[in-house]
Amino acid sequence: MDISKKTKLKPTIGLEIHIELRTKSKMFCACSADHFGKKANSLTCPVCLGLPGALPVPNKKAIEWTILFGKALNSRINHYSKFDRKHYFYPDLPKGYQISQYDIPFCEGGYVKVGDKNINITRVHLEEDTGKLQHKKIKDKEVSLVDFNRSGVPLMEIVTEPDIESADQAKQFAKKIRRIARYLDISDCDMEKGSMRLEANVSWGIDLGYKVEVKNLNSFNYLKKAIEYELERQNKLIAKGEMPIQETRGWDENKNITVSQRVKETSADYRYFPEPDIPPIHFTKTYIEELSAKMPNLPDDYENILIEFNVPEQFIDIILEDIHLAEYTIKEIKYSKKQNEKLSPQVIVEEIINKKLQPQKAIVGKVTKDILSKKQSIIKNEGELEDLVEKAIQQNKKAVSDYKSGKIQAISALMGTVMAISKGKADPKKTIQLLKDRLK
Amino acid sequence: MAKTINEEKVRHIANLARLSLSDKEVKLFTKQLGAVLEYFEKLDEVDTEGIEPTYQVIDGLENVFREDKVGKSFSSKKALSQAKKINGDYFVADHVFSKKTSKDRKNIDRKKIDEYNAILTEVYEKGTVGHKDLFMTEDVETTAASHVLDGYIAHYSSTVVELLEKAGHKTRYKLNNDAWGHGASGENSDYGPTLNPWDKKLVAGGSSSGSAAVVSTGQVEVATGTDTGGSIRLPASFCNVTSIKPSYGGLSRYGVIAFGSSLDCPSLMSSSAKTLRKYFNKVFIKDNFDSNTKSKKRDIKAKGVKKIGIIKEFAGKGNDPEIQRTFKEAVKLIINAGYKVEEISLPNAELGVAVYYIIAPVETSSNLARYDGVRFGNGREYFGAEAKRRIMLGTFTSSEGYADKYYDKAARVRTLIINDFKRSFEKVDALISPVSSILPFKIGQMSKNPLQLYLVDLYLSAISLSGLPTIALPGGFSKENLPIGFQIVGPRWSEDSLFDLAEKYQSLTEWHKRLPNNSG
Repeated sequence: MDISKKTKLKPTIGLEIHIELRTKSKMFCACSADHFGKKANSLTCPVCLGLPGALPVPNKKAIEWTILFGKALNSRINHYSKFDRKHYFYPDLPKGYQISQYDIPFCEGGYVKVGDKNINITRVHLEEDTGKLQHKKIKDKEVSLVDFNRSGVPLMEIVTEPDIESADQAKQFAKKIRRIARYLDISDCDMEKGSMRLEANVSWGIDLGYKVEVKNLNSFNYLKKAIEYELERQNKLIAKGEMPIQETRGWDENKNITVSQRVKETSADYRYFPEPDIPPIHFTKTYIEELSAKMPNLPDDYENILIEFNVPEQFIDIILEDIHLAEYTIKEIKYSKKQNEKLSPQVIVEEIINKKLQPQKAIVGKVTKDILSKKQSIIKNEGELEDLVEKAIQQNKKAVSDYKSGKIQAISALMGTVMAISKGKADPKKTIQLLKDRLK
Repeated sequence: MAKTINEEKVRHIANLARLSLSDKEVKLFTKQLGAVLEYFEKLDEVDTEGIEPTYQVIDGLENVFREDKVGKSFSSKKALSQAKKINGDYFVADHVFSKKTSKDRKNIDRKKIDEYNAILTEVYEKGTVGHKDLFMTEDVETTAASHVLDGYIAHYSSTVVELLEKAGHKTRYKLNNDAWGHGASGENSDYGPTLNPWDKKLVAGGSSSGSAAVVSTGQVEVATGTDTGGSIRLPASFCNVTSIKPSYGGLSRYGVIAFGSSLDCPSLMSSSAKTLRKYFNKVFIKDNFDSNTKSKKRDIKAKGVKKIGIIKEFAGKGNDPEIQRTFKEAVKLIINAGYKVEEISLPNAELGVAVYYIIAPVETSSNLARYDGVRFGNGREYFGAEAKRRIMLGTFTSSEGYADKYYDKAARVRTLIINDFKRSFEKVDALISPVSSILPFKIGQMSKNPLQLYLVDLYLSAISLSGLPTIALPGGFSKENLPIGFQIVGPRWSEDSLFDLAEKYQSLTEWHKRLPNNSG
C-alpha cells in the first residue's frame, strides 16, 4: 500500500502545555508552592505527602486564575465543574492517583490567534503537580530518589486541537501562551525551572490513525526542532510505504533527535471517577462576569494599539514580550504625540529598546523629552560650528598632521573633541563637513 | 451466559492495581469475584432511565475552597521519619523501570494485650477513650490493623482525636478492627479476630470490633469507630453497645484512614445513649480540613420524633426468630411509650448491598493506592486477602469497559435508594429495623464465602449509601444470652431527635446496662 498517495499529507500538530501557577500555597493544602531550589521534602504535609486519612481542600485562587486564563483564550467556562481522580502508579505520585479534571474541565473550546490563524483550544483544566524523581545508582542498584516539595503545586493544562501546521507555528503558539500567562501574572512560565512544560502530538494527518507524542521539550527551540525532526522522520517512513507507529518519544537535546521511550506502560486505563472528597464547583454567571472584569489587557490588545501607531513589526514582538514594557511604551508614545505631532513612534520605540529601559522604573515622558531636547539644542549655526572646529584643531595638532599625511581616520579624534567641547550638541553631519573643508 | 471474569482478566486487573497475586490467588479470586459479580446482576433489571448518579451525599453543598494562604509544613526530618529507605533528604523508591520483585513478607508478631484481642496498643493508662486503629494518633502506632502499616507511627492526629484530647479525653487504647474497615465480623484483622466478650467463640462484629469489645466490658467509657456500610452498628449490636453513626459529614473524616470516601462516617460507641450524646456533641463540628462536613442543612434544628416507620423489607421472615421476637418487643415498647408506628416500604433498599459492594470497593481501591511503601509503611505485598479482594473488585468495576455497567449504574441506583428514604420521611420522622438478620456467629463460620459475609450488611448498606444518621441500641437477648440490637434511622441531621428517642427507650429498658459475665 502506498500511504503517501492515499491521502493528502499535511503536518498535523497538537500541543499539550502544562503551566504551574504561582499561587502562594499548593492546590489542595497550605504548604508553600514556592518549591524551586528548596531543601528536599521540606514543603510537605499530610495532604501533599498522601498520608493516610488526609483530605484535599482546593485553592480558590488557582481556580479563579484558571478561569481567567480560559477567558483569555476565549474558552467557554463550565458553570458546573468538579475534580476527578486519575489513577496510575508512579513513585512521584503519592496517592496513587492525581486529582485532575476529566469530563467537565473548567474551560472548554476557545482559540488563540497566531499570525493570521486561529489555533483552536480543546480544553483548559486544573490538576496537581507530582513530586520530582532523580534516577541514581546506590550500592550498584538503580533507584529513584523522590522529593515531594512539588507534589500538589497547582498545574494548569492547556490542550489544543490538532490545528497547528508547522513547527514554527507551534513555537509561536507556545510563546503566545506563555505571554498570556505572564500578562495575567499567574505563572512565571520558566521552562528551565519546569514551570512551563511542552508536549507535542505530531503526525501527517488525523486520518492516518496514528500520532506520536513527543515529551521532554524544555525550550521553544527544542519544541520547534523536535517537531521538524519528527515530521521528517515520519515522512521518510511514509515515503517508504511504512506507517509510523503510535508511540511516545523524547527529545534528545545532545543528538538533536527524538528517541522512542519504550516505557512499558501496562495500560492507560486511568479509571477516572469524581473526587468524593471535594464538593462540586458551581459558578454563577455573575461570578464569572465579576472575575472577567479583572482581566488585564492581553497581548493582542497591545499589539493592535502598536500596529495603529505604525510601530514596525520586529519591534512589536520585542515590546509585547513583557506586559510592563508594552504598557510603558504605549504610554510613552501617547505622551510624545501630545508633545509633538511629528515625533515618530518608531524613534520612541528605538530609544526605549536601545536604552534597555526598565519599564517598571522608567518615568513616562522622559524618553520623549530627551529626544525633543536633543533635537532642539543641536548646534546648526555654521559660525558657532566653525568656532568649535577651530578649537578642536588647536587642541589636536597631531591628529591634524596625521590626517594631512593620509590617515583619514584621524578625523574621528577631531570630531570627538568637537563633541566633547559642545557637550554632544554639535550637528554631526555639518561638523564633519566643516572639518573636512578646513583641513583641505 | 459467558462469564464476566476469567483468570486473564484477573491478572490484568491485578496489574492495574499493582498487586502481585500467586496462581492460587488468581484462581480463588476468579471464582469469588465471579460470584460477587453475578450477584450484581440484579442491578441490570433496575430502570435508571433519567436518574442522575449520586457520588456524594452532601445536601447540594458546593464551592468549598481555601484562601491562598501558606501554613506550616513538616520538617524534612518529620516527613522522612516513617520511610523504610531514605538517602539524605530524599525518599528512595525502586527504580521506575526496574522489574518488580515480590519480596517475602516479614510480618511482625503482635503480642495479644487482652483476652478478646480487642486492644492493639495501650497508649496511656489514665486515658479514657479508645480509638479504632483507623484513627491517626500522632506519635502513636496506627496500623488500620493491616500488616501494611506494621509499626507506622502516625505523623499527625485526626480531627476527632484532637477534639477529644483537647476536651481532656485522653487516648487509652488503639483498637482492633477488620483491616482497613473491610469486614462485618472483625475476622479480617491482620492481627487476628476480636473475640466477642459475650461468648469468645463468636465474632464481635465488624469492622469496629475492638471498639465494641472494650465498651461492652466497660474498659472505656467511649470508643471511636467508623461506619462505612454498618461497621459501627453491627459490632454494637453483637456486643450490647449503643452507637451513633452520624449523618455523612457529621464528624470529620480528616485523619481517619479512608475506606469508602463517600460513605465513611467516623462514629462513636458508648454504654448508653446519654453518655454517647455527651461525647458526640464535642466532636460534631464543621471542619476546615474535611469539606464534606460543611453542609448548611446541619444547622437546622431537628423537629423531633412522633411517628416511626418499621422498614418492611428488613423486618420480615428472613430474620432469626430470636431477633424477630426481640424486635417486636422493642416496637411494642415504643408504641406503649406514646409513639405512632406504621409500616414503611423501601422498595429499592434491598439493592443496597449490591450498590454498596460496587461503590465502596471502587473508592477503597483508589484510597489504598497510596500504600506503596515509599513514604511510610510496607509495600503492597503486605495487603491481606480481604483487602486484595476488595481492591480487585473495585478496580474491576471501575475499569475501562465495565465502569458504565457497574460503577455508573450503582451510582444511579444509589439515587433511587436515597429517594426511597426521602419519601418515607415525608410520612414518618424516623425508621426502625433490626441491625442484622443473624446473631453473632462462630469465628471462621463464613470465612470461606465472602459473598455470604457481604450479605450480613443487608440492613445497613442502604442507610450508609443515603448518608443517614443512625443509632444502634441494645434491644434484648437471645435464649443463649447473646445481645440483639436494633437501629433507629432519621433524616439527615436529625441526630438530636434520634438521641431523644434512644434516651427515652433506654429510660424504659435495662438491656444496655448488662455486662458480659455479669448479666445473671
